[in-house]
Amino acid sequence: MAGILIYSDKENLALELLTAARIIGQELNLEVKAVTINNDALATALAGAGADVYGVNNDNVIPADVGAVASTLEQAAAKLDTKIVLLASDRRGKELAGRLAQNMGAGCLTDVTDIHINDDRIKCQRNALGGATVATQYITTDKQVIAVRPRTFAAAAGGEGKISLFNIEARPTKIKLLEVKTRSSEVVDIEETEVLVVVGQGLNSEGNLAEVEKLAKALGGEVACSKPVATDKKWLAEERIIGLSGKKCKPELAIILGISGQVQFTVGIRDAKVIVSVNTDENAPINRMADYILPADLHEVIEEMNKALG
Amino acid sequence: MNIVVAMKQIPDLHQIRMRDRQPVLDDVPLTLGNIDKNALEAAVHLRDTHGGKVIALSAGSEELEDTIKEALAAGADEAFMILDDSLDNADSSVIAAVLAATIRKINDVDIILFGEGSGDNYSGQVGSRVAGILGLPQVGYASSMEVQGNSAIVTRSLEDGEEILEVELPVVIAVMADINEPRIPSVSQILKAGRKPQEVLELDDLAIEILEEPVVTESNLAPETPRKQVVVKSVDELIAVLRTEGVIGR
Ligand SMILES: Cc1cc2nc3c(=O)[nH]c(=O)nc-3n(C[C@H](O)[C@H](O)[C@H](O)COP(=O)(O)OP(=O)(O)OC[C@H]3O[C@@H](n4cnc5c(N)ncnc54)[C@H](O)[C@@H]3O)c2cc1C
Ligand SMILES: Nc1ncnc2c1ncn2[C@@H]1O[C@H](COP(=O)(O)O)[C@@H](O)[C@H]1O
Repeated sequence: MAGILIYSDKENLALELLTAARIIGQELNLEVKAVTINNDALATALAGAGADVYGVNNDNVIPADVGAVASTLEQAAAKLDTKIVLLASDRRGKELAGRLAQNMGAGCLTDVTDIHINDDRIKCQRNALGGATVATQYITTDKQVIAVRPRTFAAAAGGEGKISLFNIEARPTKIKLLEVKTRSSEVVDIEETEVLVVVGQGLNSEGNLAEVEKLAKALGGEVACSKPVATDKKWLAEERIIGLSGKKCKPELAIILGISGQVQFTVGIRDAKVIVSVNTDENAPINRMADYILPADLHEVIEEMNKALG
Repeated sequence: MNIVVAMKQIPDLHQIRMRDRQPVLDDVPLTLGNIDKNALEAAVHLRDTHGGKVIALSAGSEELEDTIKEALAAGADEAFMILDDSLDNADSSVIAAVLAATIRKINDVDIILFGEGSGDNYSGQVGSRVAGILGLPQVGYASSMEVQGNSAIVTRSLEDGEEILEVELPVVIAVMADINEPRIPSVSQILKAGRKPQEVLELDDLAIEILEEPVVTESNLAPETPRKQVVVKSVDELIAVLRTEGVIGR
């Protein structure tokens, strides 16, 4: 039976793809298969969630060499008769998607935030025009590569799959990995947090962050930010950026302080349940997507809130 | 050393308005993608250090002849344009085929630079597809790069860390926005831009095979986000409404 193939080098994302593939597979009558590359632990985890896993072990294929990974998956897709390949739309997956699609002669969609099947087509949603719009698109070619945003589907769990070893051809890589630096251990996951206090360029100085953190703590939440606060000013880590090139969050409450509300930002927070905007500019675009608007200086508001809640 | 920078012509995103949730693109001025300008800046920097030429490469509608001057003013030495109205909203696979075929016509290309994603579509496919067509090694999400001899040393920035890679030239590199701050061209640079060499190609000049409309867009609408938009006058009032909503002090 023809099938649908999933691949990500990260366990949580691979398990989410397994859920997505099962939904598609059920509707379109496709068998779900998973590939892992030089990663026995991942193969075991996927099999433990019921997947039919094909484990590739080949030292010539390293994750840093996108061309080699794409060639591996292209060979797997051909031999396993899987015309549809699901990838994760994290940075590695997104970079891989275009190259794999090119190799396969496939149409491709990345950053997919929702999938449903309609008229036997895999209808995908993704942001377009820099986040200003949401497009519904589908691929018409026989072969398809679809990269799905992390957390679009729940991780699959439970089941009894099997692992088979799988051989592919690969030439020695031309990419030399000189060094790997992992990010500082202080990892926060703003996508998992119920309350977010989000600061933008309206914040006067790095020194004011302590008060912002205090407020976040009082509300049982985390601090997040607009992109320039992390990339230009470097006041906060990049993992706290909300938006098109950052995280998409769905907290119960987002208190947005000193952010103008360009679409590239709002796309990451528009699914929040309640949005508060504090901005000195009553006409800031962000106010149009806020439930509660407090036209005021954010520094004073933070101080007062800390007093009231502390 | 010759560096090609792929740059996309897009509508100025800040000037797009919505009417009945539909984007209104008429009369919106065209510009080059934001991150593509970072790619150009990175190329100019490499050229200034190592010598050679920076070639801006773009596929799009006729208006491109005007838009591309932004790149020539900001430091590109020459431009290659593939002009056809069908290219404005063409699929990534079509653009990649067109760009790769044009790169083959340009001699001695050492580095081909892309943005991490185009300003409007942001799908991050075109660079990877071009690398695939040309069979070249690629590094995406580059946050810094330098050239040493016949190799590029590139830092790829991932969600959970960085990897520093050494890749032999020629190579395809897609840069992130924070790799640099693009320069603002001076008036004299803008004036000189019009005199720099520009090569115009048409689709017929390139022998390419393309997929027939591989992706169909069913709808493209601004999302509906009905929000209360209630103005509150004080912190006390704000805290009170948030308590009523049940989102604080549970
Ligand atoms: C391809 C692309 C991707 C991007 N991705 C992202 C992304 O993922 N995330 C992101 O955030 N941006 C992203 N951007 C950038 C985005 O377009 C905006 O430039 C950015 O969001 C602006 O950040 P800001 O609102 O903090 O700053 P500004 O636009 O400078 O706004 C500052 C706001 O603070 C208010 N203010 C000033 N002083 C005070 C005060 N004392 N009290 C209260 N309010 C005050 C001002 O009225 C203003 O509204 C992207 C851009 C591009 C082109
Ligand atoms: N029409 C085009 N002409 C030239 N370069 C392009 C074009 N479209 C995309 N690119 C390049 O490919 C990158 C990724 O685009 P995308 O795959 O659309 O996100 C952009 O940042 C540009 O560098």
